[in-house]
Formats: sequence, structure tokens, C-alpha cells
Amino acid sequence: MTIAVIDYGMGNLHSVAKALEHVTHENVIVTRDPRCIRGATRLVLPGQGAIRDCIGELERTDLRGLVQELLTRQAKPLLGICVGQQMLMDHSEENGGIDCLGFLPGVVRRFPADMRDEHGARLKVPHMGWNVVQQHHPHPLWAGIDHEEHFYFVHSYYVVANDDNNVLGTTDYCGVTAHVAIGREATFAVQFHPEKSSRAGLKLLENFVQWSP
Amino acid sequence: MGLAKRIIPCLDVDAGRVVKGVNFIGIRDAGDPVEIAQRYNLQGADEITFLDITASHEDRDTTVGMVERIAGEVFIPLTVGGGIRTCDDIRTMLNAGADKISINTAAVTNPDFVYEALERFGSQCIVVAIDAKKVSGEGEAPRWEIFTHGGRRATGIDAVEWAKTMVDYGAGELLLTSMDRDGTKTGFDLGVTHAISEAVSVPVIASGGVGNLDHLVDGILEGGADAVLAASIFHFGEYTIPEAKRYMASKGIEMRL
Repeated sequence: MTIAVIDYGMGNLHSVAKALEHVTHENVIVTRDPRCIRGATRLVLPGQGAIRDCIGELERTDLRGLVQELLTRQAKPLLGICVGQQMLMDHSEENGGIDCLGFLPGVVRRFPADMRDEHGARLKVPHMGWNVVQQHHPHPLWAGIDHEEHFYFVHSYYVVANDDNNVLGTTDYCGVTAHVAIGREATFAVQFHPEKSSRAGLKLLENFVQWSP
Repeated sequence: MGLAKRIIPCLDVDAGRVVKGVNFIGIRDAGDPVEIAQRYNLQGADEITFLDITASHEDRDTTVGMVERIAGEVFIPLTVGGGIRTCDDIRTMLNAGADKISINTAAVTNPDFVYEALERFGSQCIVVAIDAKKVSGEGEAPRWEIFTHGGRRATGIDAVEWAKTMVDYGAGELLLTSMDRDGTKTGFDLGVTHAISEAVSVPVIASGGVGNLDHLVDGILEGGADAVLAASIFHFGEYTIPEAKRYMASKGIEMRL
């Protein structure tokens, strides 16, 4: 029983690995070795920074094909986090427009600029901090987590999925509804950082570790 | 319900201990950083900032160990700052478990470093710390300048312009400290907080001067800050984080309770 955090060189994977180790006795590895990724029982696809760099690194490390194959087969649970969620869509507006992995139909858009809150203060982008997640459809990964629980976010771009059945959670910011939890079959992906979302985040990771789709 | 404003307790750490404030005579020991971080996490702090005020190299390793221990037990965002001068320093702290790195003096003396750090690590993980001091006199249009070295060295750089430049470079967040107010317990400098919050598109953390809960409220409602940072009001048990959050929520501020 091994959980592999896919390391294609983008971002800080220590937080994810440490949080997983906190909720399970299973082996947690951070790896870019295709054999370890194939051999793992569960996968975490993280991602930080610009999406062009993330997809570029995925290609440079020869992992794009493997990730795409694993997404197609849906043979084991996969958790996407942050840009690891955005990459699952068809297309992102970031970096002048970039094609993504195309696992779920939909796009990644930027939050509008110059929005204000009810006190008249500027709404800032990145959307950084704790915001409420509305559970849109029931899912085993929401077990034991309150509807309208806060999770920690850091992002300027957000997912809009075309198929409502794939939308598992939403968050409102800057007058838009971001699809912050999406998935189908053995894949669940979130825009927020469960590894930084205290008890609710750890509960979600625990649910992921116990999930048998 | 929407994005909550954040309360960030700050641990000023010297030689492995949390101390009250920086550059004060009669520094008071507030305890072990790991224990204090755990306490704030249990109380519902939204993030934790760890400022390493240690001067010596030997103590740096202690700091890395502390960050590792906190990150292994506290699953909320952890910002580490103090003496970060190179991309290797950043890598070391990220590997130890920091989520964000705060760059201060090095940003002013070597802006190329900020640019390089942003390119390498991304804007989500670089916080530019700005130490500002009011330099305009009575009756003049308000003006603030950047100071370095714990507020002792003037740079002649306008604080609002500097904030804009750092955001243009790609900084994802600004930590704004008023050097006039730091340690005074008389409240944030709301003028500079508001000026910078309005001037930039990224979140601003207000810091320096918190003495009571109304100061936290003012920082958000009048200063326009997205987060408030405080140290001593929490360290010595004057207020708890839940008390502060409830009070702020009672004033109409969105909080994660």
C-alpha cells in the first residue's frame, strides 16, 4: 500500500506528504519514477505556480503520457490539488491560453480585476485565505466534513466544468462561482489546499486514503 | 459568506525561543515555538508567521529544525522570514516545511533577488515584507518611506511606490509593518495600510502596533487590510485567537470561526 505524490518539479510537495503521513500509516513517497507511480495504490497530483510551467515540467520529466494514461484507465484513486486540479480541464486562459490534459470538459479562467467587497475594499487576486466550500454533490471524500466548511486557497485562476455531474464543490469569490472540487470515477480534484486546511483538510485526506471507488 | 479575513500570530524567534518583539530592551521570553504554534493552531489561527531574528549561523540550523517540527504538526500555512537572502535559503526553508517565504531587507538591497525568487518559486510562495515609516511632517501630504535593518536605516524609497513595484515583479502578498507603531500597542498606522491596500491588487497583511482587539478591526475596516498580524497580545494571554475572531465577526467582518 503506497501513496505516490507525483513529483514533476513544481512546488512544495513536503506539505502534502507530511499531511498524508499524519493521517495514514501507509507508505507515502514523493517520486517521479514511472515504476513507482505505476506501482502505487493511490496517486496525488499536486501543482503550484504557472500552469504552463507545470505542464511543461510534466512533459520534460516524461510524465505527461503516463499521467494521461492513468487518468484514462481510472484504475486507482487520484487526488489533484491546486494546479493539479486545473490541469485536468481542456484549456486554461493562463499564459495566453494553454491546452491542458483534457480529462474533464471545461476551462480555467482568471478572476476579474478591480472588484470590491460590501465595505468598498478591493477584492484581491490571488484569492488567498480561507473560504467556504459548498458541497455540490455528495461524495465519499466529503464524509464527516460540514457543508460550508472553510478551506485554504491560493490561486488567481479557477475551474469552470461544463458537466454539472463533475462539479462536487463550489466557492464564490469576485462575483463568480468557482468549481473548487471536481471529479468523476476514481479522480477527485480540488483547488484548495487540504494539506493546509487544518482539521477539515486532514479529514479530506483521510477520506481519500480510505476511498475505494 | 465569503473569503475570511485572516488572523496571523507572529512568532519572533531568537536562538530557539519565542521572544516578544524585535529590538526592544528587556526582551521577554514567551516560550517554545513548537508548543506556541500548536496552541495557536488549536485555537484556530488562520496562518502562522515565524520570523527568525537570530543573528548567528549556528542558530540557523536550530531554526530549520524548528520549522520542520512545526510543519510536521501544524497543518495551516506557515510563513518563514528573517535573514532570507538567497534562493538556497528559500529552498532550505521550503524543504523544512515552510509554505511561504518572507523577504525583507534583501528585497530592498537586491531587487533582482526578489525577481529571481519569484521566477523560481512562484508568487504564491513569496511574501515581500515592507517596513515603512512616516517621513512627512505636520500639515504635509502623508508620505512613508522604506526602512531596513529593523527600522534603523532609511532608504529614501517611497513605500507606496515600492509596494507597487514589488507587485509588478510578481509578489503574491505584502507584509506591511509600520516602524513607528511596532511595539507601541497604539494600533496600526492606518494611513499607510490604506494607501498600500488601495494601490495594489494582492493581499496586504497589516502589522505593527496591535494593543487591543479594536486595532485588529480598524486594520481591516479602515486600513483595508486582508489579514492582521499580531504577536504580544496573544503570546501573553491578553487575548485568545477565538476571542479576537468573535470580536471581529461582531463588527461585521467575515471570519473563520
